[in-house]
Amino acid sequence: TLCASVPQGSGSAVIDMENMDDTSGSSFEDMGEMHQRMKEEEEVAAEAAATEEDTDYGEFLGMKGIKGQLGRQVADEVWQAGKRQASKAFNLYANIDILRPYFDVEPIQVRNRLIESLIPVRMINFPQKIAGELYGPLMLVFTLVAILLHGMKTSGTVIREGTLMGTAIGTCFGYWLGVSSFIFFLAYLCNAQITMLQMLSLLGYGLFSHCVVLFVTYNVHFHSLFYILWLVIGGLSTLRMVAALISRTVGQTPRLILCGTLATLHMLFLLYLHFTYHKIVEGILDTLEGPNVPPIQRVARDLPDVATHLMNNTAQYIEVH
Amino acid sequence: MAEADESNKPLFAGLADVSISEDIPVEGQITVPVGPPAQDDEYSTLDEPVKDTILRDLKAVGKKFVHVMYPKKSSALLRDWDLWGPLLLCVTLALMLQGGAADKKDDGGPQFAEVFVIIWFGSVVITLNSKLLGGTISFFQSLCVLGYCILPLTVAMIICRLVLLGGTGTVSFIVRLIMVVASFSWSTFASTAFLADSQPPNRKALVVYPIFLFYFVIGWMVLTFSPSPTAGP
Repeated sequence: TLCASVPQGSGSAVIDMENMDDTSGSSFEDMGEMHQRMKEEEEVAAEAAATEEDTDYGEFLGMKGIKGQLGRQVADEVWQAGKRQASKAFNLYANIDILRPYFDVEPIQVRNRLIESLIPVRMINFPQKIAGELYGPLMLVFTLVAILLHGMKTSGTVIREGTLMGTAIGTCFGYWLGVSSFIFFLAYLCNAQITMLQMLSLLGYGLFSHCVVLFVTYNVHFHSLFYILWLVIGGLSTLRMVAALISRTVGQTPRLILCGTLATLHMLFLLYLHFTYHKIVEGILDTLEGPNVPPIQRVARDLPDVATHLMNNTAQYIEVH
Repeated sequence: MAEADESNKPLFAGLADVSISEDIPVEGQITVPVGPPAQDDEYSTLDEPVKDTILRDLKAVGKKFVHVMYPKKSSALLRDWDLWGPLLLCVTLALMLQGGAADKKDDGGPQFAEVFVIIWFGSVVITLNSKLLGGTISFFQSLCVLGYCILPLTVAMIICRLVLLGGTGTVSFIVRLIMVVASFSWSTFASTAFLADSQPPNRKALVVYPIFLFYFVIGWMVLTFSPSPTAGP
């Protein structure tokens, strides 16, 4: 044991001779050891002092207090220790390197996967390969948010509680994360071979169809066009996801449950996104200037009118010639 | 004993020459006294008048504005990054997007907090994305660049408001559209000039797309700003 005290104003130390193991007897070795121990004690005492009250700081450290060389050393060491602790905690919790492998893609891969998300694959006897990446889905969700904003603006949506941007982000991310988790949970119940990452990726790429359909129909306001696109493009994307899931599930009933749920949610989401922002524009425009966009009930009447009009014209044309 | 000698050699040099065989590990700490740091500099910037500090910071911010308006491949923006400029631009843009709807109940314009959150949250997401794709730029440097490159859109916002004072017809809409498209492309181009160098070459497109989306959303907010609820695009 070493006991040392650093008395005020002087740099001497009292060393317990107990620890002096037998040296060869030469005096300078003892001196060397004593000097070494003195230095260590000074440092230890200084460090111990550094963690005590600040009021006694100057006196404890002896030479010149906080401005002195020892004070600076101590401050430096305290800073280093603190930095080490903080960076350890940061590296543990905020380590984005965990996500790094999921962003390891090339642009050409992303493009191929976008196109493939609209092409159903018929092989259902062998598990289909689903890419586990998060860059594409994340970018698609943000693109959908941007398109939704555009739709909300042109439809003059009024959000009472909350903000436009908040609603858009909440809807899109909520759908992506929420429905993925729900289908993953169902897949777990139905014993399907799919991981959460693959589910996120699959559903995320399925949003490509939503982006395309909404982008077109928010700018070209034809209800019939929307229905056609909804069935064709939405349907293709649903079939792709459904086929991928079927290939990884065994048994008729689990397949039915899983794929039915996914198909329903996917198609209904597109329907919801389209019609939520159209109802409002019909109301406002009707009161202001007369409808630019025909409301839903008028389309059904217009189409037969167009059809009869067309038929009449064709009949007249045939009569004439 | 031998170890103590070795570390005290400078003090007792000349007394005896003790050599240690190589397989005995010598450990211990030799603390070199730290030389006096540049304390004088710290005190001098603390003691200077506030006007000097503000002017110096404003000059730094102004210099970076110039760099954004004429984007060359310089590293000034990256080297001395600061977040004053982005904060200034963000607040200005958010304030100008405020005076929108005359009727507060029908407020379809973005709230102040909304613009703030979009800009900062968007910048954070883009930064994380570029780091995850293997970028070599640090977090705050990227925030700094993205924030400063909002400058063209802020200028466009000012001009749009001036144009809107003159009327809200089709001509004004076309003028505003051209302004916004030009400034949005300028912003995207400027920020890619700074950020794309830090990416591996074949992944530049993956980094540029979110930046494009980000400035597109801000540009969209600028374009669809209308001073009264009945006149919209």
